[in-house]
Parts: sequence; C-alpha cells; structure tokens
Amino acid sequence: MSTVPRAPGAPPGPPLWLLLELTYRCPLHCVFCYNPVDFVRTGAELDTQAWLRVLREARELGAVQLGLSGGEPLSRPDLEVIVAEAHRLGFYTNLITSGVGLDEPRIRALKAAGLDHIQLSFQDSTRQMNDFLSSTRTFELKARVAALIKQYDYPMVLNVVLHRLNIDHVEDILAMAERLGAEYVELANTQFYGWAWHNRERLMPSRDQVARAEAATMRFRERVGGAMRVFFVVPDYFESRPKPCMNGLGSVFLTVTPDGTALPCHAARMLPGLEFPNVRARTVREIWYESQAFTHFRGDGWMKEPCRTCPERHQDFGGCRCQAYLLTGDAANADPVCDRSPHHHLVTAAVARADAGAEEERPLVFRSPANSALLSS
Amino acid sequence: MSAPIRAESRPALDRRFRLQWEAAQSAHVLLYPEGMIKLNQSAGEILKRCDGRATVAEITADLERAFGVTGLAADVTAFLGMAAEKRWLTVVA
Ligand code: SF4
Ligand code: SF4
Repeated sequence: MSTVPRAPGAPPGPPLWLLLELTYRCPLHCVFCYNPVDFVRTGAELDTQAWLRVLREARELGAVQLGLSGGEPLSRPDLEVIVAEAHRLGFYTNLITSGVGLDEPRIRALKAAGLDHIQLSFQDSTRQMNDFLSSTRTFELKARVAALIKQYDYPMVLNVVLHRLNIDHVEDILAMAERLGAEYVELANTQFYGWAWHNRERLMPSRDQVARAEAATMRFRERVGGAMRVFFVVPDYFESRPKPCMNGLGSVFLTVTPDGTALPCHAARMLPGLEFPNVRARTVREIWYESQAFTHFRGDGWMKEPCRTCPERHQDFGGCRCQAYLLTGDAANADPVCDRSPHHHLVTAAVARADAGAEEERPLVFRSPANSALLSS
Repeated sequence: MSAPIRAESRPALDRRFRLQWEAAQSAHVLLYPEGMIKLNQSAGEILKRCDGRATVAEITADLERAFGVTGLAADVTAFLGMAAEKRWLTVVA
C-alpha cells in the first residue's frame, strides 16, 4: 500500500487496512502458520452481527482494503454475508484462503456477494511437499480451486510461503503458477512469528538457497515478461535494514482476531505491556484513536537509541516490534535486523546456523489445536 | 508494450483495478488486490472519465470544459501513456 509517512505530530490517519481473522479453525496444519501458537486459548468467535458492526465502524473511519483471513475463513458459513456487507459499504474485499472449502456453489455465492479478490496459498509445487508442509492432502484440491478462480474471472494471485524446505523448488513453483494461469505470484519468505518462530531453526534458509531462488525468479521474469508479476520477498534476516513493518504500528493497519481482540498487527498479541481492546466493548473509533494498544507505538516517542536519533526512523519506523521483542526481549528496541542494532549479531548468528546446516533432528511442530494446547500450557 | 495514445483511442480502466472516491482521504484511489494507490486530483479526474467509450479527444474536451481551461491535450496524453505503462488502463486504438 502506498502511504506517505506522516510528519511527526500530525494527527493519525484512518485504519486504511482492516484485516478480519474470522476464525482460527483451519483444516491445514502449516509449520509456518502466523497464528499465535496458543490460539486454542482464544475466546468464542464473534457472531455475524458483531462482524458486520466492525465493518460499518471501520468503513466510517475510512478503512477501504479488507482482508478476510483466519485460520481458514471459509470455515465460517456466514462468509458470504460478511462479504456482501463489506461490498455494499465500499470495501475492496480480499479473501485469503487455503482453498479448502471453496467449491463451485460457494465461489458463485461469493462472486454474487461482490468479493473482489481471492489469494490462494500453496505450500509447494509438488503434491508431496505441499501435503507434508501443511500436513494434509490438499494439493489436487488447490489445483481445482485455482481453476475455479479463473473460471469466475478473478485475478489469480498465488501466495507461496518460502522456507528452507521448499525454497529450492522455486523454479517448479513458478512453472506451476504459470500452468495455473496466475497473474501475480508472491514468493514470500517466512516471517518468523507464531509457528514459524517456533520452527525457525528448521525453516531458515541458507544464503546460498536464497541467492539461487532469487536467480531462478529473475530468469523466470525474463522469460514471461509482463504476462505474470512475480514478487520475491527476501527474508528480512538477510538484510541490513528492517522492513517498515505495518508502516509503524497504529498508522494504517487494524486486525481483529476471531474473539474480537483488536491488534495493530496480526502478530502483536505477543507484545507485553499492551492492553488490547475488544470490539465487543469498544467502538472501532475508540480503539483506533484512543486505546493504549494503538497509540503506544504510534509516532516515534517510544523509540530508544539507536532509532531515537536515527535519520532513517521515519522510513522504517525502527522495523518490527514483534521481532524486536522476540529477539531482544524489549519491544521498544530497534529491530535486530538493522545492522545499527546492538543485537544484530542475534540475526547474523541465526543465518550462520542456517548456512552451516539446520539442526535436522529438531522436530517440526505442525500447527494444530493439540500442539497449541501443549505449547500454551 | 501498450498501444500508443492517440486522440481517437478509447482508454478503459483495467479490470484488475477499481477506481473510487474516498472521502476520508479526500482523493480518488485505485484499488487492486491487497493494494491501493492514492491519486492526485488531476489523475483522478482523468481516470474517472476512462470508461472505454470516450475517446482521448472527448476526455480532454470534457476536462477543459469542467475546469474552464484549454490546452490540456499534451498533459492528458502524457498521463494516459504513463497509466497504460503501469497497466492501470487498457487502450483500444
Ligand atoms: S498458515 Fe496454514 S495452518 Fe495457518 S491459517 Fe493459514 S492455512 Fe491454516
Ligand atoms: S537504527 Fe532504528 S530507525 Fe535507524 S535504520 Fe536501524 S531500525 Fe531503522
């Protein structure tokens, strides 16, 4: 999203991007899942009327891009009702799905409800790897869903999360995307939060793997030209500057989790010291403009050195608060991806371990309610 | 390569984009899968006239009428060329 950083002190803009995590139910068990590892502890899901109210309140503030995700959002039988209301309100509606549950009657109903876009996620290009990494048998199903997406005249956007175990298959993944008629492909290297953080030592690619995957992507781009757009998101552990995560917390992005908890980023629930409001008790306006969780990291007043006096602090906003917290124990530190961070060695050490060969004996933990219960006890 | 912009071309917004006015941003925006481009006033005024029926000459004349100015042809053509390059538009020659 193109947004110009606001001058410090300027009033905050609206939550342009609204992400509704409608449910944590999901038939898949991805090892890199971005859901919190303790998702089983989440309270009861909001009902239809509550979601519709969130949509109306957020749209009134100026929210315009809507992500519907989960878990698997198709697990909600009222997805069509939610999409219809979002469409009526003028949202651009994006469904972020594994494809499980998307049959012809549902895609027809979603189209009729005004759904603008479907992003289909794939775990890999081969059935074995796809099924292993999501711990299910879903590859053929996804190929069918991809055909339905084309048939219903949606722009076809494939998202493939890359990591150590599949990044060497980038060439095949892109060939598969081409066969499926994809218009956009996002090759997004795993971000290490949630389950991916838990599995980090097994999922972190080596420098060589990343370089080979980038080269394969370049070759593919040259071959297909403008017919398909391929985005390759480099794992930020390999950079010397952090990403401008969420354009700074509380600047454009608002997530609501299945139980109604409002977060300034879908991973932010882990951050200590923030009191996350719930849409059952507060309006979206109060949440966005007044709640401590949304105002605390807004602007640059919270920063510590080296960010506080850094000339780049309004470009990257000090990077990702969650990554700062996970790696350094303090969410107000610079994201250690930055080579000015005194903790940068933690990032380079993780990459060096990956270069040397990951600890293969460490088991991969699949995202499942049972594992979630284990990890949250 | 996109087709060159001629006076008789009929530009239309590419089906991958949706153009709409956003009161909260006081601007037209182009919406597309998981993204948004905020347009300045002239870009918004030009794009909202690109309906696949009006020719570039008609769009220019309409803008000149609406804003009480003349001599917009070069600017409009340059903008449409850029927009076609970015695939916001498809241009029927
Ligand atoms: S990442 Fe995988 S397990 Fe997690 S919600 Fe998405 S499809 Fe389900
Ligand atoms: S020191 Fe902080 S603000 Fe400066 S570049 Fe690094 S992370 Fe960004």
